[in-house]
Amino acid sequence: MSKKNLLVIGNGMVGHHFLEQFVATDAAADYHIVVFGEEPLLAYDRVHLSEYFGGSSHTDLAMGTAEWYAENNLDLHLDEQVTGIDRDAKQVVTPKGTYAYDELVLATGSFPFVPPIDGNDRPDCLVYRTLDDLDQIRASAENGKVGVVVGGGLLGLEAANALKSLGLQAHVVEFAPRLMPVQLDDDGGALLRRKIEELGVQVHTEKATTAIVDGEDCRLRMNFSDDSHLETDLIVFSAGIRPQDALARSSGLEIGERGGIVINNQCTTSDPHIHAIGECALWNQRIFGLVAPGYTMARTLAGALNGDSEAAFTGADMSTKLKLLGVDVGSIGDAHGQSPGARSIRFNDEASGVYRRMVISEDGKKLLGAILVGDNGPYDTLLQYALNGIDLPASPEALILPESEGGAPALGPDALPDTASICSCHNVTKGDICGVIDAGCQDLAGVKAETKASTGCGGCAALLKNVVDCELEKRGVEVSTDICEHFPYSRQELFHLVKVNGIRTFRQLIREHGQGHGCDICKPTVASILATVWNEHILATDHVALQDTNDTFMANMQKNGTYSIVPRVPGGEITPDKLIVLGEVAKEYNLYTKITGGQRIDLFGATLSELPEIWEKLIAAGFETGHAYGKSLRTVKSCVGSTWCRYGVQDSVGMAILLENRYKGLRAPHKFKLAVSGCTRECAEAQSKDFGVIATDKGWNLYVCGNGGMRPRHADLFATDLSDEELIRTIDRVLMFYVRTADRLQRTSVWLENLEGGLDYLKEVILEDKLGLGEELDEHMQRVIGTYQCEWKTAVEDPEKRKRFREFVNDERKDPVQQWTTERGQRRPVAETA
Amino acid sequence: MTRKTTQWHHLCDVQDLIPESGIAVWTPAGPVAIFYLPHQIPSLYAIGHHDPFSDANVLARGITGDLKGEPVVASPIYKQHFSLRSGVCQEDDSVRVPTFQVLVDGEQVLVEVPATQRADAVA
Repeated sequence: MSKKNLLVIGNGMVGHHFLEQFVATDAAADYHIVVFGEEPLLAYDRVHLSEYFGGSSHTDLAMGTAEWYAENNLDLHLDEQVTGIDRDAKQVVTPKGTYAYDELVLATGSFPFVPPIDGNDRPDCLVYRTLDDLDQIRASAENGKVGVVVGGGLLGLEAANALKSLGLQAHVVEFAPRLMPVQLDDDGGALLRRKIEELGVQVHTEKATTAIVDGEDCRLRMNFSDDSHLETDLIVFSAGIRPQDALARSSGLEIGERGGIVINNQCTTSDPHIHAIGECALWNQRIFGLVAPGYTMARTLAGALNGDSEAAFTGADMSTKLKLLGVDVGSIGDAHGQSPGARSIRFNDEASGVYRRMVISEDGKKLLGAILVGDNGPYDTLLQYALNGIDLPASPEALILPESEGGAPALGPDALPDTASICSCHNVTKGDICGVIDAGCQDLAGVKAETKASTGCGGCAALLKNVVDCELEKRGVEVSTDICEHFPYSRQELFHLVKVNGIRTFRQLIREHGQGHGCDICKPTVASILATVWNEHILATDHVALQDTNDTFMANMQKNGTYSIVPRVPGGEITPDKLIVLGEVAKEYNLYTKITGGQRIDLFGATLSELPEIWEKLIAAGFETGHAYGKSLRTVKSCVGSTWCRYGVQDSVGMAILLENRYKGLRAPHKFKLAVSGCTRECAEAQSKDFGVIATDKGWNLYVCGNGGMRPRHADLFATDLSDEELIRTIDRVLMFYVRTADRLQRTSVWLENLEGGLDYLKEVILEDKLGLGEELDEHMQRVIGTYQCEWKTAVEDPEKRKRFREFVNDERKDPVQQWTTERGQRRPVAETA
Repeated sequence: MTRKTTQWHHLCDVQDLIPESGIAVWTPAGPVAIFYLPHQIPSLYAIGHHDPFSDANVLARGITGDLKGEPVVASPIYKQHFSLRSGVCQEDDSVRVPTFQVLVDGEQVLVEVPATQRADAVA
């Protein structure tokens, strides 16, 4: 049977979501799917557009990847605008050709409304919707000092934030008497205004612009109907959206009086083979300008095309929770109390800047709507009351009063009915979550992967975690601890998220799966995971701010703020020439030198600005970084082995050098060490290492998960009489399995003790390949090894990276706090004066 | 207000800043750390570079982030967190590092510092 053609016009968030939903249905196999996008870029996240000015790139904001489209056999035509639909011939026309369809989906979105003002087409009069628009705003802002946003709604305030982040003096001009007139009331709008004015954005309400003319001090001047005016260098119009319905209009589909492609409950237009979803669609005389209802339409249509007779779009909740210019704003349901008999309870704390309003039904039993400004704390609870029609408690005001004045009763996840909607983006109910948990999901990451809950706007992350924790606890599952307040995941779960979702930056991970801005716990952990999975340079722009100072400056910070340097000496073997270089460099920079426990030489007391100079000299002499600063391989200790020793049975130095060069640079949950002994006398103390290798007359015995230090542990014998190849493959696999599954800062010894099934299980996984992971682990290790670079070599050769190694960026003086004394012939910091 | 005891200084340029991280500058009032957090508002912060716990000039080299919404930097030596807004140590609120006003004028980063050496800056 030949395939039918499904054409999708529009590659925005909703269009992309439709594809995600549809390719997962059985019907997808019956269709050849072609996607047209007017922009040259793949669908991206317009909700977080302002982050583009904060350093995010299209890649950070992208919804999917070209690979994903290819894998799903989606025929993608970007930068190709559909110019006409021939409904009789059932084909669409583009400048590049005509394409036949059996079913056609319009996901053309909307365009910004530009009010009809004289002069609105001047240069520096811009809109805020696409990345291209943002590039134009950025270009215009470069030569300006002042920027105005016309429109004080949700998008307008986002745009003002963007102007502010570009360094402009930002103004917001709103026609209505208050900001966010749709979502807020007068008191809420007034508080929001006060807060954002405190942040330096000037707000002008009740202003109708009559003309835009040449300015005197700035490029432009806006004249208002009350004879006042405002000078500005650029204007961004954000006065609402209009459905992009031109194609539908010209092809004779039914269009609403004020625009919008009319659709029924199945998202089908007046033509049974043409469908419309998202902001271009008009349902029940309404346009939905938020992403969640668009997603609901996308899901509905995917279901309907798959033959689901019950799939229907029945309206959408327009509640919103967001942070505008750093200020919490929430609006739920009937926020203005327009329902008959509705009454309000208000809490207005002008001192601390918190406004809350509840709209309750005439009988006082149900919550109809709410407004929050300044603190969205009660939002999740209020939303659940409103959406699920849960009876309010006896004193409903307690829900919005500060805790000290009566204790806000949080609505425990247990109190929610199974029908309660937890994630409105992906329409996941509490019942759905219980379902996947009953089917075997044991953690939050699993629930997210199965249901997609909290992977849209992310607003329900906290609630989802509460529900999952509560349900797991009810089933007797111990709830794992979160890594920190920013991520409700363990390191292993984060590793999985990064790998499965192809996440390459911290920013993307925290936006999609966490909250806030990160901290000194999660940032280095994620940096280590990214390094393990993708192996990019740790000083690459996206990663540099994530690292501990030791990783950032690739040296070990000591108590007085100076650093120590440990060049790699593989296997502890070093030529006299190299020894001399170490001595000469130490002498030149007056560095204290000490032999380490790992058969290397540590050079102490280098200042930040000396580090690259010293490394230039060391690299010229053939040294590489020793990663003494990293959570990575330190050293492979060895005895001298059969080459010299009367008792040695294998070349332990040769094997140690081979292993050290193989694993150098690999990022792990913690540091790890190896050792190779040339005979059973065990002079290299291999059984106290993470991986210990002891020579036998038939090959090598491998011991794993030993430790010295604070909590010594004898390594366990893992395999005997291995050949060189077997030894390397076995270490590869155990090491990579550890890297993938251990918790943050967990040494191999503790990891093994916590591994369910212990040593026997580890043997089954590695030696018998019980999980079928072997090849994948091999492949991953091979990739890491293949992309090794000496971080110091890369850094000293890159002037941009070298710039980081300045004590003071405006002054070449040395750090004045460092005071030195001499002891046993070497320089050391002065002892603390107490 | 007639007495003017502080002054704005052009101490570095925008291109010297490192997103989500800090740099150190030398000022008449001693070493100052400037942090650039493009995803937070405000996005620029300046506090003393000197870490009172270790007595070393290192705070610009700490990891930035937020704790319960408060923008902070963690000292790279003993890991105490300092608020970038108030300078108060989050683990011990009796300890505070100085804070300074900072702004961007075109390509220049300006910091307002006392005209003379502060008592709590070590030089």
